[in-house]
Amino acid sequence: MGIDIKIPIGLMFTILGLLLTVYGFITRSDAALYTVSLGINVNLWSGLGMLVFGLLMLALSIKSKKQKPQ
Amino acid sequence: MNSGFILSWIDYSVMIIYFAFVLGIGWALKRYMKDASAFLEAGRSMPAWVAGLAFISTNLGALEVMGMTGSGVKYGMLTTHFYWVGAIPAMVFLAMFMMPFYYGSKARSVPEYLKLRFDEKTRGLNAILFAVMTILASGISMYALAILMEKVLGWNFHLSLILSAAIVLAYTYLGGLSSAIYNEVLQFFIIVVGLLPIVILSLKDVGGWHGLQQSLAPIVSSKGFAPDTWTTTWKYTGSAAANPMGVEWYGIFVGLGFVLSFGYWCTNFLIVQRAMSAHSTTAARNTPLIGAIPKMFIPFLIIVPGIVALVLMNTPGKGFTLPLNAAGQPIYDYTIIMLLKQYLPAGVLGLGITALLASFMSGMAGNVSAFNTVWTYDIYQSYIRPATNNKAIDDKHYLFVGRMATIFGVLVSIAAAYLASLFGNIMDFLQTIFSMVNAPLFAVIFLGMFWKRGTGHAAFAGLLAGLLVALLHHGLTFPAGADTLVKGGWIAHLHAYPVEMAQSFWTAIFACSTSTLVTVVVSFLTTQKKSDQELTGLVYSLTPKLNEEAVPWYKRSSTLAIVVLTLVTILTILFW
Repeated sequence: MGIDIKIPIGLMFTILGLLLTVYGFITRSDAALYTVSLGINVNLWSGLGMLVFGLLMLALSIKSKKQKPQ
Repeated sequence: MNSGFILSWIDYSVMIIYFAFVLGIGWALKRYMKDASAFLEAGRSMPAWVAGLAFISTNLGALEVMGMTGSGVKYGMLTTHFYWVGAIPAMVFLAMFMMPFYYGSKARSVPEYLKLRFDEKTRGLNAILFAVMTILASGISMYALAILMEKVLGWNFHLSLILSAAIVLAYTYLGGLSSAIYNEVLQFFIIVVGLLPIVILSLKDVGGWHGLQQSLAPIVSSKGFAPDTWTTTWKYTGSAAANPMGVEWYGIFVGLGFVLSFGYWCTNFLIVQRAMSAHSTTAARNTPLIGAIPKMFIPFLIIVPGIVALVLMNTPGKGFTLPLNAAGQPIYDYTIIMLLKQYLPAGVLGLGITALLASFMSGMAGNVSAFNTVWTYDIYQSYIRPATNNKAIDDKHYLFVGRMATIFGVLVSIAAAYLASLFGNIMDFLQTIFSMVNAPLFAVIFLGMFWKRGTGHAAFAGLLAGLLVALLHHGLTFPAGADTLVKGGWIAHLHAYPVEMAQSFWTAIFACSTSTLVTVVVSFLTTQKKSDQELTGLVYSLTPKLNEEAVPWYKRSSTLAIVVLTLVTILTILFW
């Protein structure tokens, strides 16, 4: 009804993904922060994953809009 | 709890962004809420994938996530029986055989289907029980959320309760069922993304799946089970004593796989409502099937970390302990939270906490949106103010009533949450009692859909008899070592079950059989008042076969059903 849910999902994951990617990049040499996560920079990886997912959702929403012009 | 979490600005930012989107979706939908149908039925316009993810997300409440991770510690991979044999067959059955009648009858709720197929009193009984049950469930989940916030984040109990209720109220009041469904989809993705890092990190920590099996062997052996009991599903179900669940394979197969799961998935309006919101019969049938695919992989997200937690608890160097309750027993339900704390640094930690908050709200919003539909259509419109001939006025009026019911539902949930905080045992007891409603309901709806001779009086009698037998069975039996009457045995101690689960399986089996028997017998003693014409679209033998030829083969429900059943069979064999 009304809105295409892919847009808010895409926007939210793009924003959260950017936030965590940037945070992960800034804190990449902070070994103390990542001792709990076995030395893996989970912020960077999760952030990148969410960014890709968010952009994919946005791309799909543009594609379905083109198919069904309203 | 020994020590709380310390959240930083980045964690709060993640949380705030998420809630801004949750409220934003409600706000964006506000202008489409022009009548009761848009508000309470989402205008029957949802694409199958949206309804399907909402279908599974409503069920993925936080009590489920926390409880199932805890069960992962206690029972290992045996917990997957709740996801594979205990859910998938029922979901496929709902899709293939029941959805055409629920959807095609144009009923707006499960109680309304009962009214169309049987009679007013059967609907009334079901509607009232359902309304009370959903509000109670919503209150209990709110209470659990507030307790969690208090213990883990150190937030004020009352503030957490009111704040979470206010957020749920805001978006369900603004956008009704559509808003609840769209947010459930958002919640589904945030839960997956928020919990995935724990799965990967915890498995890596113990050396992957093989490392997990090896580290488990001595721990499990010391409990007196075969070394691979925690990583297999059916292998040790030959006798009840060989597995930690204490149930044999036929108990799992019949009790969980048939009675409990069909009772839950095929009759619970909270779930069925998601499929009813779909835009076409094919979409409505595909809803449970699309939901079934993520459903069968959820165990890897929430049960596997629980199994790793058992290894961590028994490895002193890891520094992993579960908080203890007043009796000195570990609180297994807090496993997932302790895992968040164990592995996640600031940033993804905020994401994990947001995922838990999201799952709490998804359960609550689901209950509220199902409650307001049943209240408005099945109680208010049936007994208080019937529809008039003026459709325009009616639409406005019932929209208003639906909105008021939303506010009322949230307020009563808050009251129920406080009751739960004062009388926890009574609430547990009520929830146990209400969980007995589903098994007899499945028997009655099943007979209604597939046997045209079933009459209204019979359905009512069957429902009532099933409920009474369930109560009686619960009152006369008890699980071994039960310390409160909440667990059963409040009439007499006639029979002791080895574990609580066995008791609930048997309660459901007795209730379902009684209900079937009474409905059949009374149907033969009474006359069918509904003509064949009235029953068209409601009963299998009187409804034209669904023609799916216009749908491309890869979008047909039957294709999807085969895919789902094949996948679950492969999973079952892999983890036999």
